[in-house]
Amino acid sequence: MNKRKLLSLPYLVWMIGFTVIPLLMILWYGFQKKTGGFTLEHVLAIARPEHLKPLLISLLLSVICTAICLVIAYPLALILRKANLKKSSFVIFIFILPMWMNFLLRTYAWLNLLDDGGLVYVLMQKMGFKGNIVGTYSAILLGMVYNYLPFMVLPLYNAMTKIDDFTLNAARDLGANERQVNLHVILPLTFPGIVSGITMVFVPSLTTFVVSDLLGGRKIFLIGNIIEQEFSTASNWNLGAGLSFVLMIFILVSMAILNHYDTLGEEEEA
Amino acid sequence: MKKLKNFFGNAYLAIVFVFLYAPIVTLIVYSFNEGRGRKWQGFSVRWYEELFHSASIGDAVYNTLTIAFLSALIATVIGVISCIGLQALKGRTRNLYMALNNIPMLNSDLVTGLSLMLAFIAVGVTFGYSTVLLAHISFNVPYVIVNVMPRYRQMNQSTYEAALDLGAKPVKAFLKVVLPELMPGVISGFLMAFTMSLDDFIITHFTKGPGINTISTLIYSEIRRGIKPSMNALSTIMFISAIILLVLTNFSPTGSKTEVKDR
Repeated sequence: MNKRKLLSLPYLVWMIGFTVIPLLMILWYGFQKKTGGFTLEHVLAIARPEHLKPLLISLLLSVICTAICLVIAYPLALILRKANLKKSSFVIFIFILPMWMNFLLRTYAWLNLLDDGGLVYVLMQKMGFKGNIVGTYSAILLGMVYNYLPFMVLPLYNAMTKIDDFTLNAARDLGANERQVNLHVILPLTFPGIVSGITMVFVPSLTTFVVSDLLGGRKIFLIGNIIEQEFSTASNWNLGAGLSFVLMIFILVSMAILNHYDTLGEEEEA
Repeated sequence: MKKLKNFFGNAYLAIVFVFLYAPIVTLIVYSFNEGRGRKWQGFSVRWYEELFHSASIGDAVYNTLTIAFLSALIATVIGVISCIGLQALKGRTRNLYMALNNIPMLNSDLVTGLSLMLAFIAVGVTFGYSTVLLAHISFNVPYVIVNVMPRYRQMNQSTYEAALDLGAKPVKAFLKVVLPELMPGVISGFLMAFTMSLDDFIITHFTKGPGINTISTLIYSEIRRGIKPSMNALSTIMFISAIILLVLTNFSPTGSKTEVKDR
């Protein structure tokens, strides 16, 4: 039995080399002066208005995006579960398939629809909505929801298909109506799925620079854009790393919350 | 009442479906546009012809597909081996191992990409095909593990020991007894890893060298000038092949049966 443990070693070494050390590199750069020596300057730079504003906008947009995705995806997963498809793989297939059309192109395609002359633009004009949403927060929000919705649907659907029909029938036999079944049986049982969906949507939408690049009309800068620019054009790596460190804290907090609920789920299973 | 509910349910599904696929349909339609702009100028396959004559697109396709295939394959091998080892771990060690494994999945691509870039610089490797491949393997292994691990936990551990008792060597017992049990998880892990690698832009952006492009980074470099419709043509071809491939694998009788049993 002990020999089997050894098989976990190669990947452990890999993880240290390709996950742990690289993350430590961000700390190394982030807490170092350009000329060498320890400093907090790059991390505290997040409080400067030119960084704080993008961070706050990113936080706001990603929270709204996560909420929209949850509101869209939960009933969707519920409907899909009740449809009781013989082939649950088909559902997964439909939500994974768009990923085979390149992420950048998919987002870029929204420009064709939203910009002056596009189908959605024309429809919106007809409905009395004036103006072009390209280059606004709404366009970025739309792009985020579009790209990250599958990351919410899949864990929710997964959690829901795991619920046994007997459990629901038992609740009904005990006199629960549909609303009570949804609220007191399905909702608590899908909680780990909700938490995992929230993290999987929140993290990429908080840190994206591509969606804002494509749909923001080069007018809106999110914290992801600022960091990307520090590395690519401004080449102030220490500042970029310092700001990334601040982002990592936000991510770590959400991961800690997820981990907490994940282990809870595992205990229940066992 | 039930009918009405079903109607709303189906309508809701249809709306989400349209939302997901509207941009994709737009892309496919514009790949057949005679002109470059947003205006429809007549049906043409000129972008498809251009596609096959462009060396840079050819290179990018080659890089994208080989990196996706190799990284998914290597990640699958690493992932399956680690699952066996991981199953033998207990308690805190195991939790720590899983937490480390989850980092690339939960962390932002931006941070993962940047951190790998800084690490590669520190080691002094030249940025190119190999750095992108290494990065892709790193973010692919976790997807394999989360797909294989549940199957491994479900399976009856004593079958392996029975095979050993009957005189099989450990490797043979693994290949003949354990691996077939794990296969559905292995396949879905591989496919997920392949898809993630194929669709990745951010991590590739930070770990590639100047001379090399994948489809994503090539498209990104074209954004400022306007993306050529030949990219739409390319994506259309990939999308259609994905449908054909997935339909073939998903709906073959043996494939679907194991999937249902899994739930």
